[in-house]
Order: sequence, then C-alpha cells, then structure tokens
Amino acid sequence: MANPENIRDKVAIVGVGACKFGENWDQSPSDMIVDAAYEAYADAGIEKPQEQIDAVFTGTIYSQKGPHECSDALKLWKPVTLVSNYCATGTDAFRCGVMSIVAGLYDTVLVVGYDKPKDRGVSGPSVMLDGVRDLPKTPAGWFSLCAATYFEKYGASREDLAKIAIKNHHNGCLAPKSFLKREITVEDYFKARIISWPFGLYDSAAQTDGAAAAIITRADLARSYRDDPVLVKAVTVQAGPNPQKDPSNDFLSWKPTAQAAKDAYHMAGITDPRAEIGVAQVHDCFSLTELLTYEDLGFCEKGSAKDHIADGVFELSGELPVNTDGGLKTFGHPTGATGVRMIYENTLQLQGRAENRQVADPKLALSHNIGGHPTACGIAILGNA
Amino acid sequence: MTLGIRSYGAYVPRTRLPLALIGGRPAKDGGPEKAVAWNDEDAVTMAVTAGVHCLAGLDRAQVDAVYFASTTYAFREKQAAALVARALDLPRQVRTADFAGSLRAGTTALRAAFDAVTAGSARNVLVLASDARMAAPGSPLEANFGDGAAAFLVSDSDAIATLDAQHAVADEIVDVWRSEGDPFVHSWEDRFVVQEGYTPRITEAVEGLLAACGRTVGDFAKLALYAPDARSHATAARQLQASAEQLVPPLFGRLGNTGTAFAPMQLVLALEGALPGDRILVASYGDGAEALAFQATEAIEKLEPRRGVSWHLPRRRAAGSYDAYLKARSLNPREWETGGDPGLSATIHFRERDDDLSLRGQQCRACSAIQFPAQRVCETCFAKDDFESVRLSDRIGRLVTFTFDFFFPTPEPPTIVTVTEVDGARIHLQLVNCKPEDTKIGLPVEFVFRRIHQSGGRPNYFWKGSPVPSVTDPQEA
Repeated sequence: MANPENIRDKVAIVGVGACKFGENWDQSPSDMIVDAAYEAYADAGIEKPQEQIDAVFTGTIYSQKGPHECSDALKLWKPVTLVSNYCATGTDAFRCGVMSIVAGLYDTVLVVGYDKPKDRGVSGPSVMLDGVRDLPKTPAGWFSLCAATYFEKYGASREDLAKIAIKNHHNGCLAPKSFLKREITVEDYFKARIISWPFGLYDSAAQTDGAAAAIITRADLARSYRDDPVLVKAVTVQAGPNPQKDPSNDFLSWKPTAQAAKDAYHMAGITDPRAEIGVAQVHDCFSLTELLTYEDLGFCEKGSAKDHIADGVFELSGELPVNTDGGLKTFGHPTGATGVRMIYENTLQLQGRAENRQVADPKLALSHNIGGHPTACGIAILGNA
Repeated sequence: MTLGIRSYGAYVPRTRLPLALIGGRPAKDGGPEKAVAWNDEDAVTMAVTAGVHCLAGLDRAQVDAVYFASTTYAFREKQAAALVARALDLPRQVRTADFAGSLRAGTTALRAAFDAVTAGSARNVLVLASDARMAAPGSPLEANFGDGAAAFLVSDSDAIATLDAQHAVADEIVDVWRSEGDPFVHSWEDRFVVQEGYTPRITEAVEGLLAACGRTVGDFAKLALYAPDARSHATAARQLQASAEQLVPPLFGRLGNTGTAFAPMQLVLALEGALPGDRILVASYGDGAEALAFQATEAIEKLEPRRGVSWHLPRRRAAGSYDAYLKARSLNPREWETGGDPGLSATIHFRERDDDLSLRGQQCRACSAIQFPAQRVCETCFAKDDFESVRLSDRIGRLVTFTFDFFFPTPEPPTIVTVTEVDGARIHLQLVNCKPEDTKIGLPVEFVFRRIHQSGGRPNYFWKGSPVPSVTDPQEA
C-alpha cells in the first residue's frame, strides 16, 4: 500500500546556500554552483564534502552537459542524478534527494539547482520552434491565457495584479541575493510596455542566472550538523494535462497546483492551510500566476484573491506573507535554481534568519513551483523540528 | 449532366497596402492599394482557401485531381499540389500536378483539366491558380503586383459554364522573368513588353479563338482579360473593340496584378455576375497567350453562393506602414538569418501531416469525445487506440480564452493567441482577421490555412482561427 505521507519528518535540511542571482556575465555555471554549494557546506558545518556527501541531485534545463557539470564543479565523484522538469525542476531535484534518503540509500545528500539563461544572447525566453504547429515559446503567452476568463468571471483586473508586483518588488529590496532591488509604484506598473496582455513588464519575472543548494540528511542525524534543523513535512511533484488541449480546463486555475496542494497537505497532515502555513514562496513567473496560486493552494476561496490582496494578507506584515524574498519577480527565474532558492528562503524564515524580511515565528513554510504550459507542479512544505 | 466548370472560389488577402505608403506618403481613404499576402500567407495558403470556398458544400471525396498553378511556390523541388491536396483533406489517390514557369499557367491548368475530364480520365479536377510575386522594394513593379488566388472545379456534370472553344499561341520573348535564386521579378523596358509581347499576342490568341468558334467579340457578355497594367488593358480592349460593359474590371489600384491568378480571378468575377446563356471570354498572357470561350448554363442560378473575388475585395484592412509590409514579406534586414538552420525535423513534419496540414483530430469510439491532435490514449476516458479520424478544418470553433502577445515576432503586434474549442477538442491557435477589441470569449471562428513559421527557411503550415464572417457587417476586418 502506497504511503506517500511516510516522507513526513524523515529528512532534515541542515544547510542552505545560494549565489547572488542576476545577470552573472562573469560567472560560469560552475562558478555559481560552487558559490551555492560551499555556502550550504558552511551552513551545515561540512568541512569535507567529498567524505560527508553521499550523493548529489542536481536540476537544470538549459545545461547540455548533464550531471557532470555539477560533479565536476564540486569535484564530488559520487552518484549524481540530473533532474529536469521545466520550471518545477528545482523542487523536483529536492524531492528526488529526499526520496533517496527516505528509501535508506543515502544519509546525506546535496541538492543543487542552477541555470544560466543569460549566456544565450537574448533577453527573455528565446523564440524557439520545435514543432510544426508550435507557436513560438512565449511563457507570458501561456500563462496569460487564464486572464480573459478569470477577469470576466471574477471581476479582477490589472489593478489587482499591480499590487502583487509592487509587493514583490518591495520584498526583493530586502533580500541580499535578489537581482532587482527597486521599489515600483502603480504609475510605473501601468506605464510599462505590455508583453502579453494583461502582462506588462512588471507582471513578468526577469530572466537571470543563479544557483541554490540545500544539504539534506536523515532526521536522526540532523543535530550533528545544526541545532536548528528544518524538517521536510511534504514534498511532491504532480503532472497535469496540457491546459492548451485539455478539454475540461476552465482557465480559472492551474490544475497541477491544485493537485499538488492536495497531495502535499495530505503528506504534511495539514487541514487548514491558511491557518497552519506561516510563510510561502510561490511561483510568480507572472503576477496572475501568484494570484491564482493563492486560490489553488487553498489560501483563499476561488475568485476571492483580489479581496485578500486588498487586505494585505500576503504582504510581509500580513497574515500569510507570500514571496518574502521578492520571488521570481526580483530574483529572476534561472529555471533549475528557483525551487531550491525558495527552499533556501523558507529555511531561513523557519530558523529566524531572514533579517529585515523575517516573518513572525512561522511554524510551517510552503514553496511552490509550477512548470511547463503549466503541466507540472512541485510543492515542498518545511517545518521546524 | 453537362461537362464544364461546376464551382469556383477565390481568395484575396485581407491586408491591402496603400500605394501611397510605398512612396512615403500618408495613406488616404479610398486611395489606390494592392492586396498583400501577409507574413502567414503565400501562394499555397491562398490556393487552399480559394479551394475551400470552391468545394464548399461539395463532396471532397469526389475530387480525383488537383492542378496547382503558380510562379511563386517556395520549393524548386517538391510539389505544391500534393501539399494543397493534404490541406484540403482530399482522397489519397488524387492525381496532383503543378503548373509553373509562366503567368499563363493558370489557364493552362484549366485547359488541362478540361482535357482530362473530356477524355474521361478524371471526373472532378480542382484547378487552383495562386501567386504572391515579389518585386524589388521601390521598383515600379512593386506598386503593380498584388496577390490572390482562384479555384475552379472542372467536372463531368452539373456545369455552371461550358467550355466552347480554346486557342493558344506560344512565343519566345524575354519580357518579364525571374531567374533561379532571385526573389524578384524583373522586366525589360515596358514599351517593348507591351508592343512586342503582350498586345500582339493577346489579340492573336483572341482572334484565333473567335475564328475557332465562329463568333465575334460582340457575342460575349464578359471579357476576362489579363493585362500587365491598366493602360495595356485599355489598349487591348480597344484593339478588340470591346465595350466598357463587356470588360471585367481589371482591379488595378485595388487588387493589383496577381500574376498566374489574374485571368482566373477575372473569370471568377465574370462567373459571379453571369446569367444563363452569357458567353465569357478569358485570355491570359505569358510566353505566348491563350484564350478560352465559356458559356454559362441554367445551373449557374442554382449554385449556392460562393466566396469569390467580390466577396473578398471589400473585406480589407490597410497595412499600418510600408515597414510592416517589408517585414511581412521578409524584405527587411533581420537580426538572425535562418539559412543555416536545418529547421524542424522533416520526420516529425511527415508524422504529423494529418494533424498539421489536414487539421484532422480524432473521435474516441468509447466515449465519443473529439480531441486534437491524434494521441494514443483518450484524454477523457483513457481508452487506448480506439479512435476514428475526423476532419476539423471545415467545422466552426469558438474561443475559450485568448491573449494578445506582443513578444511574438510579427510585422504588426500583437498576435492574438487563443485556445479554441471545436466540438470538444481544444487547439492552441492564433486568431487572424480580428482586432483585439473584437476578441471575445465564445467568438465563433472558422479555420484558415496559414504559413505558421519559416523555421529552417522552409514554409511550415498550420491552421489559424478567423472570425466567422457576419452577413450583416462584412466590410471591415
């Protein structure tokens, strides 16, 4: 009998690290991997990684070099697994690492997510065509498909999206490793050019380079690394139908998020996410994605997000702060890194180390990655030991 | 059971380039313009649309040959007629042939179709003539050329017009030409072209025709004459002693010289207004000339309304700028040239031709759900490999949702991108012929065949949505 909730409290995070996210023109992927991994080593008090790390799970979608890129950067001649799952890659690499420990294969595992889109010579996603009937790949064009329908049904508008963009820009100013550190105003938001209606420049995540790392170990070994380990309560990745051809998609929510949330809450034993979760990092590739995610994660009723946004619920000082580090909006979205970067932030929040963006005493922290059209969603829930 | 033209259709691109823009002057309402195949259109897409209109309400399974005439098909080696047959979802055993190399190819294909049907080797031949010729930016020919297509079904029965006589003369002259590898058509001095080429040959062909059928110009209700320009048209008409009422308007300044499609589109115009018994004379030119004499039958009054030249002409929108036109025709310098790009996998193109070219979806035999594209496991009930292929291209869809994409490379952003539902199947589809402010959830759309991109320097075709035309308000896109 399958028992996914068996994962709960079996694995602990004992170290996290991240390089500075941004247009890292003078850094190679290896440079960023080393920055992130060695910060995580130091965080965990690991001095001899070649002896203390049993296996590596790495996630990237741009790299053509396979798992070797990570192992060569770190000189870890270990079992190395490369995970790729669109924008949910980071959370999926973390999930695979957690499962390997739960399975009893390894004691201590390094998870590294990274990507380097800024080596390609284009701003934003490249316009690639790999199918005869493919439209050029414009993620803004995919994620905006919920806008016409959602706006019509629930009366939301760009005014509501602006509040999300302004919040995330504010939070990003407080995060040392974020790319964009600039407050924006409603006027800035409405003056900016449209990318794909209703998304303008400030609705859209930047493209950046970045890497983030986490060291995870058996829960019973955690205190040999740190006094304040963070426990993995749940981690899941769900596949959903392609919304562009799914005959039952209502374009009011993204199915993979709702599916993954159900699974993750079951694993973690959460029945009232709004009350139980203290802080969340969600996949704000576009402002509307964050808005839909509030609802799809059960933080509020479907259709009501705009009221909760207006009430400031998801702001740093609010009842359930979301994207405390500024999210993809200000860190950009180095695809493989993003999920691990969220776990980095949630770990700091749970350990009370998030400095001037610290949320008051969160007990559970959720991170959410959505990927593809979207066709996949990863959720990780962490809690204090 | 009369042998002849059984049906017709035509296509004129929605976008018109005001000729003033070519000269850098502002466009004026009602000023001269030409029809321009936009960035997702070419000779093939225009021919397919004309073919769709021609075959409306007719059984496509009965078509046993497709003749495609054009001087502007993208491939030197690779047939257009086979591609067109696939897009029109015609039977596999259909005979296909391309006619090319001369602006006379349209009427030559029509004559060949009559030969085949008369000989009894085919019963229904679809004849398509389509051109989107390019002239060097700034050249005199640029303002002269326009784009369009015509389609005829030549059939052994139900003729709306019979072919009474034909006459052709061949000639060798270097007057207008396009060389291997050259995107642009060139012309020798226009006075030479008209005095030694067009005028003597077209009159020679018409006089030969009249002699063959023992008639005079005055016997014809309509004269559908090719001409390189308005002045030559008037000269030829004068030499033939044709009256103004007899002449099908050549549409310079509205449509432009549509090359291979010119005389066939004139014939469509003539058929649109023809009464039973009307005689129609068609003449085309290119390395010689040929003329055909038709007579409308009683059946022409019973033909269901077709989308012909008159239907398309008023449905127009003006291009916003000359620069947009240059972009649409790939005449602007581009950041990345695609020449070195091998393009999409030809194997995938081959595997997906039913989906991409014929717009065939599938219907699950277990749960009846229709889906697109073809897939092994049912999206709805999970039954495996139990589907019936169904044509979606001739159905009506409706918008489920949409966005206006400004990032997508196109001459005049935004691109309207939709999810369109057709009888339960959902397709990620671009929308054309629609303004953002008219884009609404639930909007009914028909499917139009378009060149979706040029990856690898080759045309790649798929379908787009286009609002179902309203009968009451057809004038503006």
